Amino acid sequence: MENTLADIKRGERCIITDVSSIHIPLKLLEMGCLPGNYVELVQVAPFHDPMYLNINGTHLAIRKETAMHILIKR
Amino acid sequence: MSKQINVALIGNPNTGKTSVFNALTGLNQKVGNYPGITVEKKEGVCKLPRGVKAHIIDLPGTYSLNASSLDENVVIELLLNKNDKDFPDLAVVVSDVENLKRNLLLYTQIKDLEIPTILVINMADRMAYKGISLDLEYLETHLKTKIALVSTRKNQGIDKLKNLISNYKDLSISHCIDLSEIDPAYFKNLQSAFPNQLIYKLWLVITQDVNFGKTDRNEIDAVANFKTKSKNDLKRLQQKETIKRYQFINDVLKKGQTIDVANAKDLRMRLDRVITHKIWGYAIFFIILLTIFQAIYDWSSVPMDFIDTTFAAFSEWTKNQLPNGAFTNLLTEGIIPGLGGIVIFIPQIAFLFLFISVLEESGYMSRVVFLMDRLMRRFGLSGKSIVPLISGTACAIPAIMATRNIENWKERLITILVTPFITCSARLPVYLIIISLVIPEGRFIGLSYQALTLMFLYLLGFGTAVLSAYILNKVLKIKSKTFFVVEMPNYKLPLLKNVALTVLEKTKSFVFGAGKIILAISIILWFLASFGPGENFNNAEEITKKAYSTENLTSEELQQKIASHKLEHSFIGIIGQAIEPAISPLGYDWKIGIAIISSFAAREVFVGTLATIYSVGNDDEDTIKNRMAGEVNPILGGPLFNFASGISLLLFYAFAMQCMSTLAVVKRETNTWKWPVLQLIIMSVFAYIVALIAFQLLK
Repeated sequence: MENTLADIKRGERCIITDVSSIHIPLKLLEMGCLPGNYVELVQVAPFHDPMYLNINGTHLAIRKETAMHILIKR
Repeated sequence: MSKQINVALIGNPNTGKTSVFNALTGLNQKVGNYPGITVEKKEGVCKLPRGVKAHIIDLPGTYSLNASSLDENVVIELLLNKNDKDFPDLAVVVSDVENLKRNLLLYTQIKDLEIPTILVINMADRMAYKGISLDLEYLETHLKTKIALVSTRKNQGIDKLKNLISNYKDLSISHCIDLSEIDPAYFKNLQSAFPNQLIYKLWLVITQDVNFGKTDRNEIDAVANFKTKSKNDLKRLQQKETIKRYQFINDVLKKGQTIDVANAKDLRMRLDRVITHKIWGYAIFFIILLTIFQAIYDWSSVPMDFIDTTFAAFSEWTKNQLPNGAFTNLLTEGIIPGLGGIVIFIPQIAFLFLFISVLEESGYMSRVVFLMDRLMRRFGLSGKSIVPLISGTACAIPAIMATRNIENWKERLITILVTPFITCSARLPVYLIIISLVIPEGRFIGLSYQALTLMFLYLLGFGTAVLSAYILNKVLKIKSKTFFVVEMPNYKLPLLKNVALTVLEKTKSFVFGAGKIILAISIILWFLASFGPGENFNNAEEITKKAYSTENLTSEELQQKIASHKLEHSFIGIIGQAIEPAISPLGYDWKIGIAIISSFAAREVFVGTLATIYSVGNDDEDTIKNRMAGEVNPILGGPLFNFASGISLLLFYAFAMQCMSTLAVVKRETNTWKWPVLQLIIMSVFAYIVALIAFQLLK
């Protein structure tokens, strides 16, 4: 099983490896969610959803259902 | 006449674009709407050196030219339509020094449209704090532009920006990236089919679903048909394009920007550990809301009392100055009390907008979106619905427009449908005056009962909105794709100037917008209340004298009997009494009935209407509140505004859909009359039933 962004823990920092799923909105890519960039989980709301991320210096929140489609390398 | 330069101000949300706009234009700005749609259009004039003027448009904030909301469509529609009278001679892209990399994405897109572009790097005062240094000369060369390093907070760099704007003709219009490299065969084909068009423009026309101007419609239709690729293929190309743009940006910034992480301080992380915390986050949110309501109630009571007595005194003074007659009566009994009914609420409206704009400006609002998303989703809403729901406490109209940021249609529709339940500022006047009449003074752990009642009404509105959302979510069968991406901007101390301008502008539009309706209704009401048909009205004096001839009344008491007899038989009295059977089970008399009916134009008319009705034929000049307190229930006796009828009225106003402008906006935003009509019927029937039950239980 490959790791997805939905699995990472608070404070953990990983590298994005793949964002080619059609469930990932273009807007997210434009905010810097691209392969090779780092991502860090800053804070989670109750039930681990939504997730407050720092992607390559941009701080944003996405839902778990989107995070599940972003592949990462620890 | 000197030529004006058309300047479009473009930038990501949260870059301080509006601060730059305010710094350039000062008070020379006006807010309107784009024709046919309700997106706010902000324009202003900026004086440049050598007597040149620039006409500046503040375009809605957007992350990219790949639009995902109606607000963002406005940007690309303008930039693609050379025939638009606002088509910019020059684009000023505003970026934030902390997020330069992401902000530059939009910049490269604008550049590729061959529009002369200046890059503003804003919030320069934070560079040292963040350990950032920039090689401006290098950046200017490689981004092929001129850069203005600006700090709106410290008021630096604005003069340089003005200079750059006036010399816009020197700017290069060469591209940042070569789009065709991402799929040479495809783009070569496209270019040879339309040799005279810009390749990036063609690409946008193919990929974006927006409404282009009529003029080059045919040409564009031809392009739109150029679809040799499937939707997924196009999306893949857009991904490649985005990656390519970031490669370009990374290459430029690698040399042009250095960030010394050791020097960077991050207040955000420390704050967010608490503010977005699973428990503290919610506690803080609740405390903030509580503070707002206490403030609206307590702080504004002083200026309100002052305004109330001033208007009463002014009316009295006018009466003494002018000769007796119909015009004087119209002025002192119709217009002045009617206007007083609106002016009195300026302090509260201003406070409310002050809080909302501070929450928005500081970046706190995004944290609330984050905290509430999961909870709201359970009710078929989105975390983003929180912004409309909170701005709904000011006014449902901008709130419904703010739903445009919600990308999912079902979530957006539900938000639109439930927003009118939120306690808007127009309900505030009604609530305040009734609460002060029927809720006893006194305090519970430092909070007054009256403020707590107000807070309860706000929670009631919110609760009803959420509950109806839950029902709608179950009932509506709409399938639409969700996605949710919210930027969490850094915390900022709100700029006094921005906050002040927002408060000023919103309060002004409340007063003038509502003021016009209230003035018109006051005049109509005065006529209806001052004239009547038939014997009963015209001979009121004799009839009353005869009726009370056996009783020994002082002349003052007799005058009052005559006045009330007259009012009862005036046009308005006749209308009011016709509807009285329908509303007396709710605890109201016909005068309140008239006020409720006129409230369907706009709720805030309620107090003004009562003020006008009560002052007609009444000689003693008193405040609105004292007059209401003096009214007697015609059937049950005792004060008309007692606990039972007061609660019943509060509940009626909490639930009823009484705002024509909101209905019009809902129609525009949903593109059908179906939703506003349903809203009107369901909400009003519900309000009637709840008010009925409340009064019958409490009386």
